[in-house]
Amino acid sequence: MDLYSILTAILSATIIAGTPILFASLGELLTEKAGVLNLGVEGMMMIGAVAGFLVSFKTMNPWLGIIAAMLAGGCLSLVHALMSVSLRVNQVVSGLALTILGTGLSAFLGKSMIGIQAPVTFNKMSIPVLSKIPFIGPILFQNDILVYLSIILVLAFWFLIYKTKHGLRLRAVGENPAAADAMGVNVFAFRYLYVVIGGMLAGLGGAYLSLVYTSTWLENMTAGRGWIAVALVIFATWNPLRALLGAYIFGGVEASVFRLQALNILRISSFFLKMLPYILTVIVLYWATRETVRKRIGAPSALGLPYEREER
Amino acid sequence: MLSVFEKKKRILRFERKLTISPLSYLIVLVISILLALAVGAIFIRINSFNPLEVYQFMFESSFGSAYGISETVVKAIPLMLAGLGVALAFRMLLWNIGAEGQIYMGAFAATAIALYLPRLPAGIMITAMLLAGFAGGAIWSLIPGIMRARAGVNEIITTLMFNYIAILWVNYLVFGPWSDPASFNQPITPKFPVSAMLPTLPGSRIHLGIFFGLVAAIVLYLVLTHTRWGYEVRVTGESESAAKYAGINITRNIMLVMLISGGLAGLAGMAEVAGVLGRLQQNISPGYGYTAILVAILAKLNPLAVVIVSFLFSSLLVGGYAAQTIGVPAAIVSTLQGAILFFVLAGEFMARFRLRYVRRGD
Repeated sequence: MDLYSILTAILSATIIAGTPILFASLGELLTEKAGVLNLGVEGMMMIGAVAGFLVSFKTMNPWLGIIAAMLAGGCLSLVHALMSVSLRVNQVVSGLALTILGTGLSAFLGKSMIGIQAPVTFNKMSIPVLSKIPFIGPILFQNDILVYLSIILVLAFWFLIYKTKHGLRLRAVGENPAAADAMGVNVFAFRYLYVVIGGMLAGLGGAYLSLVYTSTWLENMTAGRGWIAVALVIFATWNPLRALLGAYIFGGVEASVFRLQALNILRISSFFLKMLPYILTVIVLYWATRETVRKRIGAPSALGLPYEREER
Repeated sequence: MLSVFEKKKRILRFERKLTISPLSYLIVLVISILLALAVGAIFIRINSFNPLEVYQFMFESSFGSAYGISETVVKAIPLMLAGLGVALAFRMLLWNIGAEGQIYMGAFAATAIALYLPRLPAGIMITAMLLAGFAGGAIWSLIPGIMRARAGVNEIITTLMFNYIAILWVNYLVFGPWSDPASFNQPITPKFPVSAMLPTLPGSRIHLGIFFGLVAAIVLYLVLTHTRWGYEVRVTGESESAAKYAGINITRNIMLVMLISGGLAGLAGMAEVAGVLGRLQQNISPGYGYTAILVAILAKLNPLAVVIVSFLFSSLLVGGYAAQTIGVPAAIVSTLQGAILFFVLAGEFMARFRLRYVRRGD
């Protein structure tokens, strides 16, 4: 293979590998914008992966699989919403519990599915004209519909957060819930809504992983992607556009690791190659934290803090 | 106060307490376990097993025989040591969820001593392995600790990422340079010399690690309740601004707490290889580090309670292994664990409320 086709292959794989992380981190980003920290992303992705695979397998319809995955992720996140918004439980603890529960449930539900090839998947759709552009065309404009959907969601959420009244309220709920409440915004409804949307997107990311990216289901197949998605929200400084960039950086590393392993040109043990995404996450997080401190852009001020109306 | 029902002069209202008594917590815990078992039953049923039979079998496996009880104690050791580490860190609101990786690094460091210095006399060997195990875990948690203390980097994500790195590192060793040439490419190191094995209780697999766990629990309890440093840790956990105001060196304490927290998990790893396995191998821990988080939380971060709760969860692990032998997915364990935690969290909230019938204006 010549360098050109290797590069095209890696970059196409980058998009595919980045998309599950992108969905999950978009979801977490919205949840955190509303002031709720949900560390259960890994668990919700796992349950999404298994639900998507299971339902696609039974119905032979990948769309039903996607819907099931989003419902499953949404249901799991509802538990977190109940815990953190209504019962004011420590959000770190509740999120960890969600990950443990999701890991267990997914392994339970998917036991019969291990090693089976996904019977249906999403076909690649070439976008007319654009897909004919040399180099860029095959990489960006010959993907499956969910890739396009993820990019549309990035733009839509960016617009929603920064350009609409609803987005302003959302940010107020995350920054200063008491003020938002005084303005007449229903803080609890906003938080419930965005925790559930976050869960649905994490579920979608999981389903993309099992239905499209690997086309199989395996126990613990998310392999830390949910946690990487949480880290990416910090890297993204809570901006959807930067989440897109971050997700593709990770997709790129994953795709390159996979290629390097297959080619075995560097003679590096595959164990070290597999460490790269995790090491990169730590480095990126360190760098992003310093940036946010320096530029004084930080997390939503009320992130992780339960809101309680004054007793009256 | 929220009045839900009003009469002429007397009203029924919710009262909220900040803490709940140990007795009500115990009741919450018991009810939570029962509810979690009910949830688990649904999933066992989905897999076409009879939940009651499965639970009975699980219970008998962990408590019904001398062997079962001994296994329950053996599995409680790593949970206890790592759980103590987690409890200490959580006390200061340092979310060290990297106990799993710290266990692997402790096991790795202790193994290095046993493999490279096999001629050490028994007493020195065990001491050196203990120190190495502690250091291995401690360094692995100190790095995220330094990043957190100096630059404010979120320790939840870094400690978790370090788990994956540590497991891959141990896999690299046992598949590669440390693999036993006599094992026909199995991912295991050569067997340790006898001098590198912890003594066991005659007739059982219970090893000296239980002693480390109990001593660590008592020492940690005394340090937290009776020393100035323990007081600093508790104050910082309650209110960081108050701690700063009181002139407590938070940066130093973050690093110190992370170091000890990881060191205790490292000891758990050392105890696994030197007390149970006698070698380093793939999958030395079936998620002890994650279960330890639950142990610490359910013990309400109290070192003495960690000891008791670790037995509860090890019996669940032993029961889970047994259930696997009759075909129930191993995931029954993490499903039950997650469900127990959720029910306890919710139950604690509810136990803080009390309905009281009081005179208006009281």
